[in-house]
Amino acid sequence: MSLLEVKNLEVSFALRHGDLVALNDVSFTLDKRERLGVVGESGAGKSVTGFAVINLISKPGRISKGEILFDGQRLDQLSEKEMREIRGNRISMIFQDPMMTLNPVLTIGTQMVETLKAHRKISTQEAREIAISKLELVHIPSPERRLTQYPHEFSGGMRQRIIIAIALITEPAIIIADEPTTALDVTIQAEIMDLLTELCNSQDMGLMLITHDLGVVAEVTERVLVMYAGKIIENAKTADLVANPMHPYTKGLMNALPGHGTCDRDNRLQQIPGSMPNLTEIAPGCSFHPRCDFCQDICKETAPELRKIAGSGDRLVSCHFPVGEQVQ
Amino acid sequence: MQTRRQKFKKSYLLYSFKRDKVAMVSFSILALLLLAALFAPLLAPYNPYDPTVIDIMDSELPPSWMEEGEPRFFLGTDIQGRDLVSTMLYGLRISVLIGIGAVILQAVIGISVGLTAGYLGGKIDAVLMRIADVQLSFSTLMVAIIVSAIVQLSFGVGRYEQLAVPILIVIIGIAEWPQYARTVRASVLGEKNKEYVEAARVVGLDSRRIMFSHILPNTLSPVLVISTVQVANAVMSEAALSFLGLGMPVSKPSIGSLIDAGFEYIFSGAWWITFFPAVLLIVFILVINLLGDWLRDVLNPKLYKG
Repeated sequence: MSLLEVKNLEVSFALRHGDLVALNDVSFTLDKRERLGVVGESGAGKSVTGFAVINLISKPGRISKGEILFDGQRLDQLSEKEMREIRGNRISMIFQDPMMTLNPVLTIGTQMVETLKAHRKISTQEAREIAISKLELVHIPSPERRLTQYPHEFSGGMRQRIIIAIALITEPAIIIADEPTTALDVTIQAEIMDLLTELCNSQDMGLMLITHDLGVVAEVTERVLVMYAGKIIENAKTADLVANPMHPYTKGLMNALPGHGTCDRDNRLQQIPGSMPNLTEIAPGCSFHPRCDFCQDICKETAPELRKIAGSGDRLVSCHFPVGEQVQ
Repeated sequence: MQTRRQKFKKSYLLYSFKRDKVAMVSFSILALLLLAALFAPLLAPYNPYDPTVIDIMDSELPPSWMEEGEPRFFLGTDIQGRDLVSTMLYGLRISVLIGIGAVILQAVIGISVGLTAGYLGGKIDAVLMRIADVQLSFSTLMVAIIVSAIVQLSFGVGRYEQLAVPILIVIIGIAEWPQYARTVRASVLGEKNKEYVEAARVVGLDSRRIMFSHILPNTLSPVLVISTVQVANAVMSEAALSFLGLGMPVSKPSIGSLIDAGFEYIFSGAWWITFFPAVLLIVFILVINLLGDWLRDVLNPKLYKG
C-alpha cells in the first residue's frame, strides 16, 4: 500500500452561478522516499491538489468527491481537530515565497519551537535543541545564534531553508513543496532542490513537488503528473516523460523548453498556441483540443479517459491519439 | 551578539525621539508627572486623606504669594482646608490609576473582540461589530453616566465611595472598548490573508494560537498609538464624570472631582481650587496626546519625513 493514495478526487468551488470544478477525477499515489512532480500552467489545479491533501481548501471550495488515503486513514473525513494533528506533523507544506511565509515579528526560534510544541508534549529547551539540529540539517551555520534572529535578518535562500527546517521539525512522512524555488534565483534554486532531494533520502520522506518548471522536475523527481484544466493528462516516470512525452500538451511543453526537441539556437522557441481555458467555460470533449495540433473530430466530442498505453510501462495518458502510440 | 540595551541605543525609535524636541519635552513632563503621582505620599507635604491634619480654619486660603496666603500652603487650600498641592498630587495618582486601569480593560476587551471578529469573520464578525457600532452610536460619556448611575444605585452611595476606583475603571473600560475593537479588526483584516498566516495554519496551529501569537503582534503598532490617546481620553472621561458628581467622592478627590469641588467657589473669588487642577489636567492630557502623535509618526513608515 502506498503512503499517500488519492482516488478520484474532485474539488469544487461553490460560486454564485453554480459549482466550478477545479479538480476533476484526480488519482495518484506517493510512496515513501518517492519524489513526485506536479506540473502544469497557472490555474491547472496543482496547488489545489496540494491543499486538498492537507484538507485546507479555503472557502467556498470543498472536496466534493473521492478519497485521500494517508497511511490507510481517510484524510477527507477527519475532523478539523484530527486534521491539525496530521497537518504540519505528518504532512508538511512549503510555500513559494520565503519572504512572506515567516512571521516578521517573531524570531525563527519562536516559530520553530511553537510548531513543535503544537504537536509534541515537550519542554521549550528540548524543542530548541531539536530546532537547532534541524537547522544544522538544512546547512544553516551557527544555528544557536540564528534561533534568536528575526526573518528580516536572513537572505531569501536562508529563509527558504528555515522554512524547510520548520517543515522538517516534526519529522513528517510527506513534504508538499508548492513552487519552493520560484521566488529564488537559479543558483539558490539548485541548492534548495539538492537539499530537498538529500532530505527525502536521509529522512525517508515522500516529496510532492508542485512547480511549473519542467527543468526542475526533470532533475529532482522520479515520477511526474502533468495537469491541465483540473485534470491529470499524463502520469509517467520522469525519465520516460522527458525522453518521450506522449500527450500533445506535454510534448508542447517540452518543445517550449530551450535546448529541447526541435529548439536550438537558430530556431524560434516553439510555443503552444492559445492559453488554458477558463475553468468555467471548458468546451466539451478533450479540454486541450482547441490548442492541439492533432485534434480530430472525436476530440471535440468525447473527453478521453486516463488510460494505460500499451508498450509504455505504467504510463497513463489521457488522449485519443497519444504521440508515438503504435496504431494497430 | 547585541544586548537589548545596545539594540535600543541604535534603534530608530530612540533616534527619532532625540531629534523631536516636542516629544522629548512631552516625555520629560509626562515622566515628571507620573513620578510625582507615584511618589505622592513622599512628595506631598500633607496627607489629604488624614482628617487629623485638616483644619477647617485653613479653608479657602489663597496661594502663598497672594495677600492672606500662608507659606505652609503653596497653592492655597480647598474648601475643606486641605493643602492643594498635596490634594492634587494624590488626585493625579487616582486619575492615572483609573486612566491606565480603564485602558488595560478596554484593550483586553477590545483586542479580544477585534481579533475574533476580524479573524473568524462571517456571522461572528457581523454580530460583534454591530454591538460595537451600537455602542459607538451613543456618546461614551452617556454610556458611562448610565452605567455609573446604575452601579451607584445598586451599591448604595456608602459602598460606592469605597469601591469608586475599581468601579470607575470598569465603567470607563466598558464605555470605550469599541475603539480598540475597530482598530484591531481593521488591521487583522489586512494581516489575515498574508502568507505567514496560511503557513501557520499549514503547520497545524489552532485558530486561537494563530490569532494571539501570530496576528496580534503584527497589529500592535496601531494599538500602541491609540493606547496613548485612550489613556488621555480615560483620564478626561473620569474628570468629566467626577465633574458631574458621578466620579470620585470628595473625600478621595481625583483631578476631576477637585475641579468640580472648586467650581462652586470660582465666583466667590477662590479661583485657585479649580484653576490649578485644571491646568494640571490640561498639561497631562496635552503631553500624552503629543507623545501619541509622535509615536504614530514613528511607527508608521509611510509618514517618514526623512
